[in-house]
Amino acid sequence: MDKKPIDEISGTETTGHDWDGIQELNTPLPRWWLVVFYACIVWAIGYWIAMPAWPLLHGYTHGLLNHSQRDDVTANVQALKNARAAKEHELTKASLQQIQSNPDLLQFAMAEGKSAFGDNCAPCHGSGGQGAHGYPNLNDDFWLWGGKLEDIQHTITVGVRSTSSETRQSQMPAFGHDAILKPGQIGDLTEYVVHLSGRAANPAAVQRAAKLFADNCAACHGAEGKGNREFGAPNLTDNDWLYGPNREDIHDQIWNGHGGVMPTWGGRLSPETIKSLAVYVHSLGGGE
Amino acid sequence: MNTQARIALKNLQAVPAMAAEGIARSDALASNSAANRKFYQARVPIYPKLVHGNFRKIKWIVMAITLGIYYLVPWIRWDRGPFAPHQAVLVDLAHERFYFFFIEIWPQEVYYITGLLILAAVSLFLVTALFGRLWCGYTCPQTVWTDLFIYVENLIEGDRGARIRLAASPWTAGKIAKRIAKHSAWILIAVATGGAWVFYFTDAPTLARELAAGTAPLVAYATIGLLAFTTYSLGGLMREQVCTYMCPWPRIQAAMVDSDALSVTYRADRGEPRGPHKKGQPWESRGHCIDCNQCVAACPMGIDIRDGIQLECINCALCIDACDDVMTRINLPKGLIGYDTDSNVAARLKGEPAHFRFIRPRTILYATVLVLVAAIMAFGLETRRTIDLDVLRDRNPNFVTLPDGAVRNGYTLKLMNRSDAARDFYLAIEGPLPRRVDVIGLGYVTLPVKLNVEADKVRTVRVLVTVGLHDLKGGSQKIEFALSDAAKHETRDVDTVFISGAP
Repeated sequence: MDKKPIDEISGTETTGHDWDGIQELNTPLPRWWLVVFYACIVWAIGYWIAMPAWPLLHGYTHGLLNHSQRDDVTANVQALKNARAAKEHELTKASLQQIQSNPDLLQFAMAEGKSAFGDNCAPCHGSGGQGAHGYPNLNDDFWLWGGKLEDIQHTITVGVRSTSSETRQSQMPAFGHDAILKPGQIGDLTEYVVHLSGRAANPAAVQRAAKLFADNCAACHGAEGKGNREFGAPNLTDNDWLYGPNREDIHDQIWNGHGGVMPTWGGRLSPETIKSLAVYVHSLGGGE
Repeated sequence: MNTQARIALKNLQAVPAMAAEGIARSDALASNSAANRKFYQARVPIYPKLVHGNFRKIKWIVMAITLGIYYLVPWIRWDRGPFAPHQAVLVDLAHERFYFFFIEIWPQEVYYITGLLILAAVSLFLVTALFGRLWCGYTCPQTVWTDLFIYVENLIEGDRGARIRLAASPWTAGKIAKRIAKHSAWILIAVATGGAWVFYFTDAPTLARELAAGTAPLVAYATIGLLAFTTYSLGGLMREQVCTYMCPWPRIQAAMVDSDALSVTYRADRGEPRGPHKKGQPWESRGHCIDCNQCVAACPMGIDIRDGIQLECINCALCIDACDDVMTRINLPKGLIGYDTDSNVAARLKGEPAHFRFIRPRTILYATVLVLVAAIMAFGLETRRTIDLDVLRDRNPNFVTLPDGAVRNGYTLKLMNRSDAARDFYLAIEGPLPRRVDVIGLGYVTLPVKLNVEADKVRTVRVLVTVGLHDLKGGSQKIEFALSDAAKHETRDVDTVFISGAP
């Protein structure tokens, strides 16, 4: 081999190019860098052969290992299901009360319920089930459709005003919007409801509204306004207000008759998950 | 043929000058010393010569002990009863436990690991301040495995001269056979190294059967493969380059070592001026170093100890053995190279008496910290609770107002039983507020309530605390959850608050 030109000062090889006596150093790449570089090339070729790599007109090259991340996920999900199978089977067999009284099963159901709650319920009811305007708080003792384990399980399964044929169903009429009552009458009813919850109200209006309430509201809310869980009719004498406690809120509700929708989860979540959810929601504090 | 090997061979073939009567001068070159390392220059292979002597013996023993610990510890059994694994040392990642003989550590107690790391670091500081780079020279895995790999190389290819000649010789069947034998032996050791590592993370006999049957988890094979690769390349191929270029510890040690720390030292006061010794020449008015270069030939780091303390020197003391051997043969006292301090060498050069100063501010400081941390650790382990409690207060919502104006707070309690038997714990609540307590699953309870927790398990319990309207005081009241075992030998109190929502 012919000798490579060497720069005297640095002792490094030069490219041999010479511009008015100035030479360009040809500093070699570090050996480790070259080794890694070539190793990467070898790795890449192996990868093309073993793994999915090249897009084709219809599909792609699958590689010798026929690897697919989708299959991995499916396998992982199945493995998880298998790992849970024994406990899930216990959940299937046990009644809700039995789940609650068996510490081991309770812990499992609570974990599953908490996770399912976060995925499915939290968007409306809040991450801790604290509720919001129009969405019931699940921590307190106020229940529209009942707070026993079975009631909660049924509500979750069929939903409220949902697409299920067995849905829990009720409809507060829009007394103002649909012109069932006159605006003045609605004003009087508002005072009446405020009066029912033990707050100071205009006595004249309350007196005027007594018959209106008996004719239009008592069928669902009861003669004393204590509500009726058959129809999901709220108790008007307590201090819990789904659509707000103020006069404007109550007036608005009588006028427009808001009614929220809770989806049906039967068929979407497994019966075991719904059981776990019932136990979890029951444990938030208000369970009866 | 490799250019570097050719240079080494040329050096070897040059008729060696005699350093003294009966002592041939080695042409070993300190190719890895800072002065001889050039940029852009490929590594010059080092062929350390096998030496015999006290330090070589110590290094064999240390190698046997350290490798023995590493390979055998996972196989030690330790009876922990029916609810825990029977492996003395086990990092059980799947079940989140660390077992070390009689110690069991849960993830919540990671501070023990912190303490252990502090202990290790301070011990290293103390040892380094006293005796220099003992760690590097004797016990660092890089040193131990490289030493083992060089020993294997020596067994198969022969000592220094034979290895240089073999490297320079053309590829004959014999050379190929030797090379295959050497690399196979290295790979075997490397695989065994990775193979031992995985046994620390699961039951060793079970995993060994699975590995043999090919049914072990993929991660076990991958770990063995990775560690085999690093062991083979770091111990077999890269060797001294790891210490010189990759390891931060030599740089850190520069701050740990002072002129009173022991280190492998060429006693220049005795050795200089050096030079070959002719028969009959008097030893007066000249140094004892006959410049035979045996210290360089023995050095696995490829340096010359006579250049003084340097970053590349791992203080393995093999040059001491090499030099002592020569000194014995020329009837001079041993110890031209030995463990000494820079300040002693300087003192003797000035004609002052030399003395070792082991008690210095920094060694006192390190020893104090060491004793202190060890005492704290021992106290912590001795008084370690087998009962523990975590309280997570509901924050969303913070409180719930009930129809009658009472206020309810929810708490999620983690009851931990770190003992090897199921136990009944008693939960009580202390604080200024009269209250009603419900435990999910048990309903309304009177305190203290009995809760059974399985052996070595955590039980999660949800507790609801309700305070009546007329008992509420202020916005936030301190309350305390108190957990104790049946005999009240162990208790754990956790402070938290009850929030009423009042301003």
